[in-house]
Amino acid sequence: MATKKDTKVATTTKKVAAAKKATTTKKATATKKVAATKKVADVKVITPEMAKIPAGPLAEKWTNYKDHQKLVNPANKRRLDVIVVGTGLAGASAAATLAELGFNVLNFCIQDSPRRAHSIAAQGGINAAKNYQNDGDSVYRLYYDTIKGGDYRAREANVYRLAEVSNNIIDQCVAQGVPFAREYGGLLDNRSFGGAQVSRTFYAKGQTGQQLLLGAYSALSRQIGKGKVKMYTRYEMLDIVMIKDENGEERARGIIARNLVTGRIERFFGHAVVIASGGYGNTFFLSTNAMASNGSAAMQMYRHGAYFANPCYAQIHPTCIPKHGDFQSKLTLMSESLRNDGRIWVPKKLEDAKKLQAGEIKGRDIPEEDRDYYLERRYPAFGNLVPRDVASRAAKERCDKGYGVNNTGLAVFLDFSEAIQRLGKDVVAQKYGNLFQMYEKIVDENPYENPMMIFPAIHYTMGGIWVDYELQTSVKGLFCIGEANFSDHGANRLGASALMQGLADGYFVLPYTIQNYLSDQIGVPRMSTDLPEFAEAEKNVNDKIARLMAIQGQRSVDSIHKELGLIMWDFVGMGRTAESLKTAIKKIDALKKEFWSNVYIPGEANSLNNELEKALRLSDFIEIGRLMAIDALNREESCGGHFREEYQTEEGEALRQDDKFSYVACWKYTGEDSEPELIKEPLDYEFTERKTRNYKA
Amino acid sequence: MWLKDSSIGRKFIMSITGLFLVLFLLFHGSMNLCLVIDDIFGTQGYNWICAMLGANWYAIIGTLVLALGVVVHFCYAIYLTIQNRAARGTDRYAMEARQEGVQWASKNMLVLGIIVIGFLVLHLYNFWYKMQFAELTGVETSMFDPQDGSAIVKGLFTNGVCGIIYCLLYLVWLVALWFHLSHGVWSALQTLGWSNLIWLKRIKVIGVIFATIAVGLFMVVTVYFLGVNIGSMM
Amino acid sequence: MDSYINIKVRVWRQAGPKAQGHFETYELKHIFQGASFLEMIDILNEQLIAEKKDPIAFDHDCREGICGMCSMYVNGHPHGPDSAITTCQLHMRHFHDGETITVEPWRSRAFPVIKDLMVDRQAYDKIMQAGGFVSVNTGGVPDANAIAIPKPVADEAMDAASCIGCGACAAACKNGSAMLFVSAKVSQLALLPQGKIEAAKRAKAMVAKMDELGFGNCTNTGACAAECPKSVSLANIARLNREFLCAKFQD
Repeated sequence: MATKKDTKVATTTKKVAAAKKATTTKKATATKKVAATKKVADVKVITPEMAKIPAGPLAEKWTNYKDHQKLVNPANKRRLDVIVVGTGLAGASAAATLAELGFNVLNFCIQDSPRRAHSIAAQGGINAAKNYQNDGDSVYRLYYDTIKGGDYRAREANVYRLAEVSNNIIDQCVAQGVPFAREYGGLLDNRSFGGAQVSRTFYAKGQTGQQLLLGAYSALSRQIGKGKVKMYTRYEMLDIVMIKDENGEERARGIIARNLVTGRIERFFGHAVVIASGGYGNTFFLSTNAMASNGSAAMQMYRHGAYFANPCYAQIHPTCIPKHGDFQSKLTLMSESLRNDGRIWVPKKLEDAKKLQAGEIKGRDIPEEDRDYYLERRYPAFGNLVPRDVASRAAKERCDKGYGVNNTGLAVFLDFSEAIQRLGKDVVAQKYGNLFQMYEKIVDENPYENPMMIFPAIHYTMGGIWVDYELQTSVKGLFCIGEANFSDHGANRLGASALMQGLADGYFVLPYTIQNYLSDQIGVPRMSTDLPEFAEAEKNVNDKIARLMAIQGQRSVDSIHKELGLIMWDFVGMGRTAESLKTAIKKIDALKKEFWSNVYIPGEANSLNNELEKALRLSDFIEIGRLMAIDALNREESCGGHFREEYQTEEGEALRQDDKFSYVACWKYTGEDSEPELIKEPLDYEFTERKTRNYKA
Repeated sequence: MWLKDSSIGRKFIMSITGLFLVLFLLFHGSMNLCLVIDDIFGTQGYNWICAMLGANWYAIIGTLVLALGVVVHFCYAIYLTIQNRAARGTDRYAMEARQEGVQWASKNMLVLGIIVIGFLVLHLYNFWYKMQFAELTGVETSMFDPQDGSAIVKGLFTNGVCGIIYCLLYLVWLVALWFHLSHGVWSALQTLGWSNLIWLKRIKVIGVIFATIAVGLFMVVTVYFLGVNIGSMM
Repeated sequence: MDSYINIKVRVWRQAGPKAQGHFETYELKHIFQGASFLEMIDILNEQLIAEKKDPIAFDHDCREGICGMCSMYVNGHPHGPDSAITTCQLHMRHFHDGETITVEPWRSRAFPVIKDLMVDRQAYDKIMQAGGFVSVNTGGVPDANAIAIPKPVADEAMDAASCIGCGACAAACKNGSAMLFVSAKVSQLALLPQGKIEAAKRAKAMVAKMDELGFGNCTNTGACAAECPKSVSLANIARLNREFLCAKFQD
């Protein structure tokens, strides 16, 4: 068995690296293999029952669940408090819906208004299986596309439920007054998106995320106005408070949060805690995430026993504006729709690339015959429209070989000259005018005249906190929704599915499933925040802050964060090897020491202090980065957003190892200085046949 | 009462009184035009209108309503400005730049309004005091017959150097009035809600045309008498 | 072509809401013109941190012009001298070598300064809470295509809805009026059949809240629309006036 695999490794690496490198890799993999087999015996497994997946045929699971779940009657709802952390699509929709149902909701966000959560930046659209276009769409087809797009690493029952409620989301949003694009007949318009053969994406100009979030925000605002939601803006959760019930079982009963304006640490009680804090893409420092997006809430859950699932699955978006300097603070995404008409290329000749890098010539100076349209060359069937992960890796491959087209050598061309010739400048301007304008504002170059430059960037994290079918984590009373959880996208997320998942969780799933938990809690009175557990949690937070403030070293938080980002990008980025991941872990460990001994935070802890906020977040990013590397090292296969260079086909395509890695890798916290424990949730595909993704023919 | 307590209510009062005064200006301007026509063709149109208005009851009511309009417009303007200054907060911007597409007049309506009102007082003294007021009270306020408005006007504007100065003063007034109206008319219509994406620009143009016509009517008369005056002096 | 420039930045520093503020001038060398304005402030902050001084507090988040968090008054313009952008989308190529750039917070009674360039814009949220919604609960709504909406109407609603709630309108207005913000939401919902049902109630409630919070009276200067990063039209204000007056006259 081991020999067979080693041969495969050898054949696949042949193309990638020199023979010497291949041998080392082989060796490394072989040693790792032994370690893994040794572990197998005591690896804990999560069964479908533990994940609370309802019995019955796929299409009936959710209905069955709802028919038999426990509910809370209206009088009792008033007696129950729910804490919701985050006001993105998932958080705002959950808080609003729970309040409409009658629960008392305490809602927290770090921005100055719930309307600013980063869901607002989603451009493209939201998927739903409405089949308004009569092109053969159905709930099953949306389910199937999502499962396939996720490279068969998502849980069937969850994905099917997502596809099922997708239609309700569109109805709900329209009723709220979300101005979706319409046809001249007055009915809703759809566009098509990568990874699907039907048009099922609803959109509102290039601002779909904004409009959906404002819809949820308006519903939330209505409940705040009614007094059913108590809103805390500019508050950051710093810990979860666990209190034992009468059976000695720990339950999430509240949070400790820092008032970001006054710096005061405050305590809040809730019968249940819902975390909707988004993804951890900012581990890479440069990403398309907002500056304040962070993974600290996830790490707090993790430290209290919630499993961190599939942390290595991070999506890299192929069409971002390239980095232009060391001072850069974030990367800007250009909508994926550009790839419908734009052609991606680099020069065929290395000397042309060198001239481009030196700024001696421009893209338009290179004649047609000297251009390498590498996506069209490698993937004749899908061409420039291959999925995100494939396009991103292909760009990296070219740039690694030295064909990059800007001063950093980290960019490829996205060319519209052919589209302009074919359709006319006016049509191109009509379709992409706003994107071209945005590009020109940032880069100061006219994309109508000279091809755009793009490069991949971290965009979304599919991994997250493990949740069961009820969206409850492995900690009682602690729920996790939206991008923060791991559930629906498997190893790769399709375009326009993030908005769908966030709203599905918040509007239509959690408000049901949380009642199954809360129905047992109606006898639990509101607890005082003076309980020793609260005091203890607050003390821990204060201690951590005091520790950070006391370091008074030489380096700014950002400088360390940038270093972490570089480690992540270079060693845990688009192409990973066992070796690179081990290097990453070592480097991260060293960086962690550097951070805890040499960071400098100015100002006071008990006042507004941005640097302290950033330092607290960075302390968690460092841990997440390490966890990502550990998970990536464990997952000896390539799937979706996770690409291990040892595991690729002859043509350089991702190679899954379904027999060994068809599971969710859940990582359990075992202490500050010990390695996390791996727990597996096997993914037995009962209803869907697994295939290899093929975008060539 | 929402006309006092709500911001749109207050603006509604401003726009209604403003538009009413604009209508009066149009009427007044057309009436003045008769002076020129009379002077050229030797007709008696102006004095005929003066007689018709004079001290009749409807003219008196009209005058009172007009006065009320001016007072309300003025008082609300002061009230709004005080409120708006307060809304700006205590700290001012250290640096303010001109925004593209924003009319200068729109930011200086109060100043323009005060200039207009100042001259209005002068104007009332010059004419109304000598005409309707004299007629009403019977007090002799000038050497002219209060019924002979035409003579009073000519007496002021064609009175040598003094006449030139008056003409120039009136021209300054009219320029201020034009600026006030160029923003005021469209602003009033906007406040009343008569605007949409298509009409937004059109109404701005209409406002300017309206202001130009209203002010133009007065200008014509002033400039005409300025010419006559200079001509007679040479 | 972008090159490197040396600049001076004159920044409003204010320790807290009640503290007395003042300007401080900092010198910055070798700033790449391709950097965004906020990246320039980042560099300045790194410089301050290196000197063990308090960095400048400012609001920012998405850095792609959609969240509405960034809020700087740069050289006399909310969001700076470029048009139809937020501060985070402003680039240093709009400034020249040797220039002194003045940076202030939004100034409006309803937006009190929290620290330095950071202001409290909760007033906008409160206006939204007063009526900026359609009163529907989750679930039990008709099919999305049950009501057809003419495309031009939907498009106009979309344009109004593109408001990001950044506060530039009130910051730009010499009257400190929030009419453009309020009218954008009232317009969006009044245009769509879903929102029409409570349009009168909404207009009254939101205007009442706006007045209560101390925003000024609109005098139609148009500065708000001129500075709006999303180019929200003044026509929305007319629609709000119309909705409000009709509602009041119907009472």
